[in-house]
Amino acid sequence: MPESSAIPRGSLKVYLGYAAGVGKTFQMLADAHAAAERGEDVVLAYFEPHARPDTIAQAQALEAVPYKKIEYRGKLFDEMDTDAVLRRNPKIALVDELAHTNIPGSARAKRWEDVQVLLGAGVEVWTTMNVQHIESLNDQIWQITGIQVRETVPDWVIRQAAEIIAVDVTPDALLNRLKRGAIYKPEMVQKALAGFFKGSNLGALRELALRQAAHEVDLRQSAYDETSAFQLPRISESRADEAAETNSKEHILIHITADPSTAMLIRRGRRVADYLQASCTALFVHDTEQLSNLPADQRLAVEKHLRFARSLQIETRVIAGKDIAKAVVEFARQNKVTQIFVARPQTSLGERLRRKNYTENIVRLAQDLQVTVVADRSRRATT
Amino acid sequence: MRLTELPRPSPERLLRQVQAEESKRWGARLKIFLGYAPGVGKSYRMLDEARRRHQRGEDVIVGAVQGQQSEEVQALLSNLEVIPTIQTPEGEAVNTEAILNRTPQVCVIDPLAAKNPPQSRNPYRWQDVQDLLRNGVSVLTSVNLLHVEEYKEKVRAITGKDTAETIPKSFLLAADDIVIVDVPPDLCLWRQGEKLTSTGISNYQERKLSELRELALLLTAEVVDAQLESYVQAHGIEPVFGTHERFLICMTPHSDALAMIESGKRNKERFQGELHAVYVCEPGQSRKDAVKIRRYLEAAEKAGATTEVLESDNPISAIVDFAKDKRITQIFIGHSIHDSWRERFFGDPVLRLIRAAEGIDVRVFPH
Repeated sequence: MPESSAIPRGSLKVYLGYAAGVGKTFQMLADAHAAAERGEDVVLAYFEPHARPDTIAQAQALEAVPYKKIEYRGKLFDEMDTDAVLRRNPKIALVDELAHTNIPGSARAKRWEDVQVLLGAGVEVWTTMNVQHIESLNDQIWQITGIQVRETVPDWVIRQAAEIIAVDVTPDALLNRLKRGAIYKPEMVQKALAGFFKGSNLGALRELALRQAAHEVDLRQSAYDETSAFQLPRISESRADEAAETNSKEHILIHITADPSTAMLIRRGRRVADYLQASCTALFVHDTEQLSNLPADQRLAVEKHLRFARSLQIETRVIAGKDIAKAVVEFARQNKVTQIFVARPQTSLGERLRRKNYTENIVRLAQDLQVTVVADRSRRATT
Repeated sequence: MRLTELPRPSPERLLRQVQAEESKRWGARLKIFLGYAPGVGKSYRMLDEARRRHQRGEDVIVGAVQGQQSEEVQALLSNLEVIPTIQTPEGEAVNTEAILNRTPQVCVIDPLAAKNPPQSRNPYRWQDVQDLLRNGVSVLTSVNLLHVEEYKEKVRAITGKDTAETIPKSFLLAADDIVIVDVPPDLCLWRQGEKLTSTGISNYQERKLSELRELALLLTAEVVDAQLESYVQAHGIEPVFGTHERFLICMTPHSDALAMIESGKRNKERFQGELHAVYVCEPGQSRKDAVKIRRYLEAAEKAGATTEVLESDNPISAIVDFAKDKRITQIFIGHSIHDSWRERFFGDPVLRLIRAAEGIDVRVFPH
């Protein structure tokens, strides 16, 4: 899609929930109705069809852009028709389920990428998502619920949003809705009760969603304050000495390896960097600056990790070095890194020997720096 | 005696009292709708729930409603039975006796934070709510952040609005259910008659409301966390880690504790998290070390940390046990330099802590 710099980007509004059935879509549609009544040009660009009857009733009262039919393995699937929405060119487009993965054969792999196209064309987008789909929370969600969420949205997409709205409901009310069959079809209910709807999961996800919403609100206050002469006593006192902080700006360095735990490290580093407003770099150290002489499986893993870091808007570097721990620490010193993020050392002796224990060596060598050994959150997940 | 002179029960006592009474209730539940400012739509959400419950066959009545009502709220009210409040020249009070005689399943009391006129059954409306709950009547109610005692000053500093009618925060913490009604500030102002602006914070008014909104979201998160903890305890399951950032500073006489405290304070503020500091007292501590540690403990407290001195001859396991108990997500520890026979024998204590603290981040600080 050609992007003209003359068109200002559309703004993004996200309805944030913590589980299916909390009422994100309902709230979005209710607000859309109110907007339509005020004379705004609103269209429904995508809407999940497995919604509650009263939600469906609300959707039917809005103008909808027909879906694109995509054939995959002999079956027809409905996806948002991004081109048709662009041709219709509404002021506001409603796009349900931001974290959705498009069916193979679609123009783009993820729905959030379609949303980028709409925003780029100046369309305002309202969308819905659950907290468990935020990329940097992936391991915490796994640790808390024992569930690994596959469909994620990079944090920077959410950060783009001009507004985040928390859609809240009590877990009890949600369980009642589930048992009444108002959220899933009967055959899905048992599965839900064994997953996100189990035990303390809903309460924990709800707390995460509320804290995330509070954080997003806080970030938008900072952004507003930077562009205006506004002064207000802040909840967070640290903001008062913002000027002093810029001198001691944090820089986080993430040590990349071929080990699968690197993905977790990248997500945690991203999250901490966001909260501390720190810059963030990911580093891989190897014999040469080329990855070509690595064994194929390791090379693929490292490339995947570097790509993943870049997708989260983390700068990546590959440097040559014989002694890995030493090279990491020297790079950190040269680049004014304040914190090095490393994976937990493996616990068994055999594993420790195989991984040559970079972590422990980095901790030993970097006596003048902060080193954060990131927990393996998957291991705590209980069922 | 004037009402204002009545002693207010301490939050702790009140909480215990409410929790003790919980067992006496016959399944009665208290549900509070929290809003950050007038116009967020609390009353609508609450009455809409009352309507849905009524439709599903629950016996729902209305015991008190706010003075000013939108058309939508009036429409919801028209289908519900109302027990009028007792009107006096000094104000109105919920007719608790009449409600108890009628004994509905659910009663709507709106708003929660109200002072009753003299000679009422109770000085405060929240006490009427307790009477209803104690007698098996579930209550749906709503409250604005301004009317939560512990937030009154903060809200006043931001908006200039003041109130004499408040409820203690412990009342929220002891509620069975709390729901936050969250809308963007521009919509909230629009409902109060202002013009609509673009999405996001676009003026001074919205900026101020946004501050209250953040406070209300964090307050709700705190209540949800407390509920989560009691759920975990009641069901004897493993504590839930990672919903909230909790930092633990491990202090030793040889660590640069002040740097760790400084960083801990910043992290606590940035993450809106909790900060703890511990010192593990080992046998044979010198007087000089004791003085140092006392100074560190004081500095930690000043930085907003809760501090504790643990006694153990196995500091690593004492720290890890404490961290698990407090649901810590990140441990701060200083590099150790001194090279004792023990370290040579058992390995560097920092590395031992890293290995032992499974599921928790460990941040090692320079000297």
